[in-house]
Amino acid sequence: MAWTRDEMAARAAKELQDGFYVNLGIGIPTLVANYIPEGMHVTLQSENGMLGMGPFPYEGEEDADLINAGKQTITELDSSSYFSSADSFAMIRGGHIALSILGGMQVAENGDLANWMVPGKMVKGMGGAMDLVAGVKRVVVVMDHCEKSGASKFLKACTLPLTGAGVVDLLITELGVFEINRGKTPVRLIELAPGVTVDEVKAKTEAAFEAAV
Amino acid sequence: MVDKVKKDAVEALAGLLKDGMTIMAGGFGLCGIPENLIAAIREAGVKDLTVVSNNCGVDGFGLGILLENRQIKKMVSSYVGENKLFEQLYLSGELELEFNPQGTLAERIRAGGAGIPAFFTRTGYGTLVAEGKEVREFDGEMYVMERGLTADLSIVKAWKGDAEGNLIYRKTARNFNPMMATAGRATVVEVEELVEIGDLDKDAIHTPGIYVDRIIKGAKFEKRIERVTTRPHEQKTQETA
Repeated sequence: MAWTRDEMAARAAKELQDGFYVNLGIGIPTLVANYIPEGMHVTLQSENGMLGMGPFPYEGEEDADLINAGKQTITELDSSSYFSSADSFAMIRGGHIALSILGGMQVAENGDLANWMVPGKMVKGMGGAMDLVAGVKRVVVVMDHCEKSGASKFLKACTLPLTGAGVVDLLITELGVFEINRGKTPVRLIELAPGVTVDEVKAKTEAAFEAAV
Repeated sequence: MVDKVKKDAVEALAGLLKDGMTIMAGGFGLCGIPENLIAAIREAGVKDLTVVSNNCGVDGFGLGILLENRQIKKMVSSYVGENKLFEQLYLSGELELEFNPQGTLAERIRAGGAGIPAFFTRTGYGTLVAEGKEVREFDGEMYVMERGLTADLSIVKAWKGDAEGNLIYRKTARNFNPMMATAGRATVVEVEELVEIGDLDKDAIHTPGIYVDRIIKGAKFEKRIERVTTRPHEQKTQETA
C-alpha cells in the first residue's frame, strides 16, 4: 500500500542527522518536524529570519512578531536566534544549511525541480525556494507521484518553469524513494512503499530509473 | 540640531512623497510592517508607486490598502499569494509585477544600501529569473548577476528606537527592515516604543541611527496575524512548527 502523507514525512525524517541545520518547506515537509527521532538534535531554520523554531503556541499565546516562513504563529526555544532575511539567505546561499526538504510540482531525471509556477494560472511567486535549492547542501523533494489526472510528475524533463536546474538529491513519493543525485548518476529506485511493485512504479513514472530495491 | 523625531506619520512623510516614486516597505507577510506609515501614504494619495516589499499585504490591510486605492503601479516581491485584489489587478494588466527570489531580493537591498551595484548568485541559474541577465562561471559553478537595489524612500518598522534613530527589532518582525533602512535615499521609521537616548543597549542595536532620517512612535499597532496556528493545551508530545 502506498505511503500516506505522514508516512512520507516519516520517511523524509530519516534523512535527518544529529546536529543538522534544516529548512522545511510548506505542506508535507512541515510534517517532518513531527518525526525527528527522540534524542536527535536538529535545528530548524525559518527563512524569514530564525534558527531554532519551536512548536506552535498554545491558544492565547500567539505572538504577531513570531511567525514561520508559512506565516504561521510559532514559538521560540532557549537556543533560538533571530536575524534579518539577508543574514538568513546568506546562511542558505552560503551552504551552511545541511538539508532542505521541499514540495514539488515536477521533478526530472536530470535533477531539475519545478515547484513555483504554472503558466496561464495566477503565479504567486517563488518565495525562498530558488535560493534554497541553489544553496543548501542536500535537497530532498517530497511530492505526490502523479497528478490528479494520473500523469506522472517524475519526468524525463520538466515542462513547467524551473525552480532550479540539477538540484534534487532525493525524491520521496507515496510509492517509493529515488536517488537522483542532482542528475550526476542514473536515477535509482532505492525503496518501495509496502505492497508497491517495481512494475507499478514503472507504469506510473515517465523518468527512466534503475530498480535497486 | 536636526530633530529626527516627528509627531506622527503625516509629519514624518511630509515633503518626501511624490507620484511615480519607488518605496521600500519592510515586513514579511503582515509581520513587522510599518502599518502607520502605510496608512499615511494612503491618505496622501500619491500614485504610480513602485513598491519593493517581499509581499503585498492582504485584502484590506498592510500594502493591500494601497492596492485598493490604486496607488501602486508595480510591485517587486518574492511572493504575493495572499491577496485576491492583487490577482485581479495583475490579471487585468493594471499592476506590474517583478518576482525576485526572496534571498536575491534581500541581498539586492543589502547591496544597494552598501554601495554595491551588482553581485553574482547561484540562485535562479537555469530558470526564468536568469533570463536577460549576465551569467558567469566562477570555480566551475554558474552564477547570475543581480543588481543592487535602492529606493527614493524606505518605510521601516522597529520595536524600539531613540531620537538618534538607533533601532532594535523584535523576533521575526526584523525580516527585511534592517536592509531597507540602509537602502532608502530617505528612511522613515515607526517604532512601538520611542525610548530615551541611552536606554538602548549599545551592543544590541540592530540598525545604527545613521540610516534613519525620521522616526515616529506609531499611533496604533494592530499587528494582525495572518495564520494563527496553535496546539491544544493537553498535548504533551513534542510537535514542532
